[in-house]
Amino acid sequence: MTIGLMHYLGVAAILFTIGVLGIFVNRKNVIVILMSVELILLAVNINLVSFSVFLHDVVGQIYALFVLTVAAAEAAVGLAILVTFFRTRGDIAVDDASVMRG
Amino acid sequence: MVLQAIAFWLLAATTVVAALSVISARNPVHSVLFLITAFFSAAGLFVLLGAEFLAMILVVVYVGAVAVLFLFVVMMLDVDFVALRQGFARYLPIGAVIAGVLTVEMVIVAASVATGGAAAKSTGPVLHVSTAGTVTNAEAIGRVLYTDYVYFFQAAGMVLLVAMIGAIVLTLKHREGVKRQDVGAQVARTPKKGMRLVTIKSGEGIEL
Repeated sequence: MTIGLMHYLGVAAILFTIGVLGIFVNRKNVIVILMSVELILLAVNINLVSFSVFLHDVVGQIYALFVLTVAAAEAAVGLAILVTFFRTRGDIAVDDASVMRG
Repeated sequence: MVLQAIAFWLLAATTVVAALSVISARNPVHSVLFLITAFFSAAGLFVLLGAEFLAMILVVVYVGAVAVLFLFVVMMLDVDFVALRQGFARYLPIGAVIAGVLTVEMVIVAASVATGGAAAKSTGPVLHVSTAGTVTNAEAIGRVLYTDYVYFFQAAGMVLLVAMIGAIVLTLKHREGVKRQDVGAQVARTPKKGMRLVTIKSGEGIEL
């Protein structure tokens, strides 16, 4: 059987769902939440690249490149906030993260 | 074609299983390692699609930078990860319901797009996505990225710069009581400040 666009979109959809599920089930662990966000962005990238290839237009890959940039920046800032939060609180339970307010 | 199908199913299965392990592993270090596996197999899918440049960028940026950053933070923070896992079973049903609805929705949309959308008329993936057949993937990207999208390219660099400065500002900490080298004070030091000539009378000590 030939592998079509549908297969790649299916993989991306499953990956996106796993990312969303990861955010739900690991509500306390902010590190795993950040990793789930990375998974979601990876799914978006797979979508962009497969559409780019099947539509014969390279612009989709350019967008994927920008998504990659933003994902890297997000991971850096997110982990920096996490380290600061850990220094203030002594743990990383995000349930009572409202102490950071104000 | 058969080889391509086998490669696709292998890589897709590895990606999905690794992603599931990321969110269900007990140890966050294992989560990060599974994340690296997922990125590697996704890079393989990109190669299969003919997007070699993005595949290599994925390996370099995600595996080489982001995943290692995650690994550093996970190992640096001394956190009781067992306590963070409570509530996993409690949120699993609602999460599974939402995930199931989301999957069904997205697969329906993807199926309709893939069978009736603009891409349905496509003859299949082409290795060199460009008007000229001889241009490599990286060259095709470069031709568009540095011409039509050059301002976006600059903006992406700006985003990275802001993120870098933000991360440094957030984590930089001046601790009290740590003796640091003060270059200004060292340079400003003169013999007059640094030493004192004392004439000592015999039989008497000196007062420092």
